[in-house]
Amino acid sequence: MLFGKKFRTQLPQAVGAAYSLKIDGKSACAVTYCGDGGTSEGDFHAGLNFAAVMDAPVIFICRNNGWAISTPVEEQFRSDGVVVKGQAYGIWSIRVDGNDALAVYSAVHTAREIAIKEKRPVLIEALTYRVGHHSTSDDSTKYRPIDEIEYWKMERNPVNRFKRWVERNGWWSDHNESELRSSVRKQLMQAIQVAEKAQKPPLSDLFNDVYDRLPSNLEEQERILREIVKKHPEDYPSDVPL
Amino acid sequence: MATLFQGLPSSTAFSSSNKFNHAPAPTSFSERKSSIVTVRSDARWSPVLNSATHKPQRLITNAVATKADSSLASTSSKPGHELLLFEALREGLEEEMERDPCVCVMGEDVGHYGGSYKVTKGLATKFGDLRVLDTPIAENSFTGMGIGAAMTGLRPIIEGMNMGFLLLAFNQISNNCGMLHYTSGGQFKIPVVIRGPGGVGRQLGAEHSQRLESYFQSIPGIQMVACSTPYNAKGLMKAAIRSENPVILFEHVLLYNLKDRIPDEEYVLSLEEAEMVRPGEHVTILTYSRMRYHVMQAAKTLVNKGYDPEVIDIRSLKPFDLHTIGKSVKKTHRVLIVEECMRTGGIGASLTAAITENFNDDLDAPIVCLSSQDVPTPYAGTLEEWTVVQPAQIVTAVEQLCQ
Repeated sequence: MLFGKKFRTQLPQAVGAAYSLKIDGKSACAVTYCGDGGTSEGDFHAGLNFAAVMDAPVIFICRNNGWAISTPVEEQFRSDGVVVKGQAYGIWSIRVDGNDALAVYSAVHTAREIAIKEKRPVLIEALTYRVGHHSTSDDSTKYRPIDEIEYWKMERNPVNRFKRWVERNGWWSDHNESELRSSVRKQLMQAIQVAEKAQKPPLSDLFNDVYDRLPSNLEEQERILREIVKKHPEDYPSDVPL
Repeated sequence: MATLFQGLPSSTAFSSSNKFNHAPAPTSFSERKSSIVTVRSDARWSPVLNSATHKPQRLITNAVATKADSSLASTSSKPGHELLLFEALREGLEEEMERDPCVCVMGEDVGHYGGSYKVTKGLATKFGDLRVLDTPIAENSFTGMGIGAAMTGLRPIIEGMNMGFLLLAFNQISNNCGMLHYTSGGQFKIPVVIRGPGGVGRQLGAEHSQRLESYFQSIPGIQMVACSTPYNAKGLMKAAIRSENPVILFEHVLLYNLKDRIPDEEYVLSLEEAEMVRPGEHVTILTYSRMRYHVMQAAKTLVNKGYDPEVIDIRSLKPFDLHTIGKSVKKTHRVLIVEECMRTGGIGASLTAAITENFNDDLDAPIVCLSSQDVPTPYAGTLEEWTVVQPAQIVTAVEQLCQ
């Protein structure tokens, strides 16, 4: 599984992963994610085209939530969403209600079977709505109406929707809910306490893993840094092991 | 629950996925706003320049050659107006857009959103959606678009939300921006300004903490400048826009909220000049962008220890202002370079070579260059701090250099 990054570099990489699974004859596929905004990036198109030509067993899941920071989809593309783009590259594509957990499960389950059995890519466009702000430095009420956000947050909330289905089947109740919430909360608080006491990463972590082994120039830079920190301990964080 | 996969018919019956509004979509941005949009920057980008003690420091930022110990006296009697660095950039941009209708801006979220760092705030309302253009997320495409527009008479300012994103536009910047004037025998001018924030911020992660000036410096045909104060930010912005050559203007993520007083009268700075921040006799310290403030912090300590450093903000990263730098080297005979680039292949490396080639006879000691290590910037705040040159290191380096 490859996680989303701004440049959609993960899309061709997913194709590469799928290609290597195919060569190894593994009964597996790669899955990669992007947003509506990400479909404008060059690597989205390159990735899809390659997946199609290489018959790579990869599932592209595009979360179309209507917004890329402040850019609404009308200003991102003029196509009929993302699903037609997959089709344009010769990839089997489907659009699902991203807020319907069962629909998404069903689509991804079948997509995986197709990808593995038929060794071909599949594109899933999951329609949803970005209820939160883009990041902690964004205030989306500046560019969209609050009642729109509230509507999608409350009436169209996908978690509540799934919850109601589960409850209606008699598998969950308010009592279960409150129990779970309080137990998870306790676990979280404990985890935070443990994490806060955990040791900060040591100085050597700055240089490890740049390469497989420390080359001479980095060895020297690490040595210089240690000397500096030793000489000026008051200027550097004291809780970091050297 | 079976899922049927069917090929989409060419004339799809699906309704457009583009409608998300429950309420009828407002027709203009001003209707969507329910309250006054306040200029607000993320609390993280506070001007914490001395990251070791985390105390906000007010430092002299004037470009004029004055000693660094001049007081932070009340500025109410001084002429000019006070503003933050991002506002200075905006002021320069706005003045140039008023002056020349060919000047336009393009980038992600630059229009109604006003830009991720608020540099273009209010400009879309004033100049319209076409002159302040929101683009889809495709850096190579909108950079290419800007170059094409420049070739046919416009003067675009291309904003990269973060300089690191412009890596996707490297092909356009190198092959087209830098070369088209040459390969067309002078027929096509590319008067674009490519600008955006770069440098190490506060836990932005490796990919968003890059120093692109290292990578771009070899591209022939472009000029590079780095601003560091509201004064030079506005002056360099205006100069870059008026230049007939492609200019890359490097801003820094942590400097946008610097406040200072700038003149009311119009002024344009030179793209090829360095700035004398503090004249001195003992050692020449060359720096730019955010490191200027670490250097000035160190300078305070050095002065207390009896040293007299000459601090120059090189501002022009390509070409170097070897005239100003040379004059200084001939005076002090010792050079310290302080940069945020990595040791390998950074601006400091090039500057070291240039000074050694041109002024070797004037040097009493080898040039010392303080840079970041050759590592991706860590996400851990403590480790990130260690990749950036700190004032204490600068003090030590000067002491060693002046022995």
